[in-house]
Amino acid sequence: MLDVLAIASRNLLRYRRRTLLTLLLIVIGMVAVLLFIAVAGSFKSMMVGQITDSVLGHVQVHRKGYVASIDNLPLNLNLKPQMVSKVEDALKQNLLVESWSPRVKFGGMFSNFAETTSIRINGIDPAREAATTPLLPGRMTEGEKDGPLVSRGQIVIPQLLARGMKTKIGDTVVVVATNRDGSVNGKTFVVRGVLEGISGPGGRDGYIHIDDARELLRMTDQEVSEIAIRLKDFARLNQVDSQLKQVLESVTNKDGKPMLEVHTWADLSPFASLARMIDLMTLFIKIVLVSIVLVSVMNVMIMAVFERIREIGTIAAIGTPPGRILSLFLAEGLMLGVVGTLAGIVLSLAGIFGINVWKPTFAFGQQQNLVMAPTIAPGDVMTIAILVVIVAVIASLQPAWKASRMDPISALRHV
Amino acid sequence: MSLVQATQLAKTYRAGDIDVPAIKGVDFAIEPSSFVAFVGPSGSGKSTLLNMIGCLDHPTSGTLKVLDTDIATLDRKAAAKFRGEHIGFVFQDFNLIPVLTVFENVEYPLRMVQKWPAEKRREQVMRMLEAVGMTDQADKRPDQISGGQKQRVAVARALVSNPKLVLADEPTANLDHDTAYRILELMKRMRDESRTTFIFSTHDPKIMGEAEVTFTLEDGLLQSGGHHA
Repeated sequence: MLDVLAIASRNLLRYRRRTLLTLLLIVIGMVAVLLFIAVAGSFKSMMVGQITDSVLGHVQVHRKGYVASIDNLPLNLNLKPQMVSKVEDALKQNLLVESWSPRVKFGGMFSNFAETTSIRINGIDPAREAATTPLLPGRMTEGEKDGPLVSRGQIVIPQLLARGMKTKIGDTVVVVATNRDGSVNGKTFVVRGVLEGISGPGGRDGYIHIDDARELLRMTDQEVSEIAIRLKDFARLNQVDSQLKQVLESVTNKDGKPMLEVHTWADLSPFASLARMIDLMTLFIKIVLVSIVLVSVMNVMIMAVFERIREIGTIAAIGTPPGRILSLFLAEGLMLGVVGTLAGIVLSLAGIFGINVWKPTFAFGQQQNLVMAPTIAPGDVMTIAILVVIVAVIASLQPAWKASRMDPISALRHV
Repeated sequence: MSLVQATQLAKTYRAGDIDVPAIKGVDFAIEPSSFVAFVGPSGSGKSTLLNMIGCLDHPTSGTLKVLDTDIATLDRKAAAKFRGEHIGFVFQDFNLIPVLTVFENVEYPLRMVQKWPAEKRREQVMRMLEAVGMTDQADKRPDQISGGQKQRVAVARALVSNPKLVLADEPTANLDHDTAYRILELMKRMRDESRTTFIFSTHDPKIMGEAEVTFTLEDGLLQSGGHHA
């Protein structure tokens, strides 16, 4: 094999410019794909992280039908205490669950005594919410980020509302809400902080203490609208989703129908479509890379066979077995693929390092100055590298086969 | 036992709808360690005959035995193996591999065909280069040496694997007379040293005289068979 590789390398160096151009194409393709995967991947994971770690959590449990009406935040579809208890039992038993946070969600009117507007409110247990959506305090643009997000009597309001209502930290405001029985109640709060808005559901909600929410809504039971769940390992999202669905299916009404529904963040956020689009674009970029490698290597190998017909005739005449001739040309394709891949990996990693040093910023929705920090998993690099090398060998197969099947007499006569 | 034995050997090519007979039923025998020439004008069938003896082509009819093997029974792979083990080739245009040095060109059959170990290979190649007087050019590429030197290298390559038979199709056609004569002298000397049978073709009357046995071909037929010089 080493003998074959040694001669193949000599043959590649025979037409240096052509070999370099082919290598350049492979390298450009590799760099484009690996940089795209790194940048798009980091963008995607940053966005998914922002959405899950500051708003949605990884998984949510609702009462059946709640998500279909989620725009109305229906109070008549809250989870009853016994349902909450069953969900919490299931979560306690699942070793992949890190934390969960019960929320009471409702729509109300927000007044600064001069103006009134609508607001969506999350009633939360600050400690449990911080454990489930750890990036939530980081969205505070005004107010103290340390300490509990809200205490009793405090409210954190979205940035757009604060600007529109000219409301500042320490101001007293009133939230008025209608409870499930139709009676209206109001409660005063002190503005504790202002939250930066984020794209997607819940990204422009206000936050109060869950006990305040229950008091405002005159709840007699410990109902919750949803339970947001954080996993220990985000990569095992689908596994936990299936496990919870299986366990919570057993919570049924008197007709035997399930009363609970489990959704992953992707079911709840429109950004999941964007994430899928990024995956699709990555696939297309990979297809382009495969095409570049296939066409460029095949072209160079077809030319190599055409230009060396007499030489092929000579080595066939002196007894080189057809399989050895095949391997000589396959080795050339293999070496093009391997050298191009290695150079592509080195340049791509240098590019990724360069971007991390440069630290470019970008905006996502209302979030500004998000720092791009691309990373690439060794598995992704290996997958692309193996793909390119395999495609380079496949591209050489037809010319190599043709060379190995060449009639020595015709080849020797070739001018 | 003859090294090469042809009986009613014929070869016909198909050119479009027409059959073109290249060899029309010839009989001959070549003994081991002989120095044989097939002579005749262009198109007389010399190359066709050498191609069949070299297992590069199959007869249309008749039999051709080389080293007691009926070459018609050899498929593509077996023919390549047979050539690699028993036959060396010298070509009119030298046909050295341009990316390899003189040493590597001679080494090629041992490295890529017979897979000799490196040390044994090196000894044998150096022995052959010394025999053809090319030791001092071992590291040069084919484009850095003269035509006569290229043919010396080609002879060394043909003999390096100790074949029973060396076939040379018009080996001197691209050389001046003096160089051609020296190449034939070299081939003869190598035959004497290695007891290898040399069969070459030529249409040059000055070169024909160097052969010990001459077969004259004309229009696919042997006009004189096995004439000893």
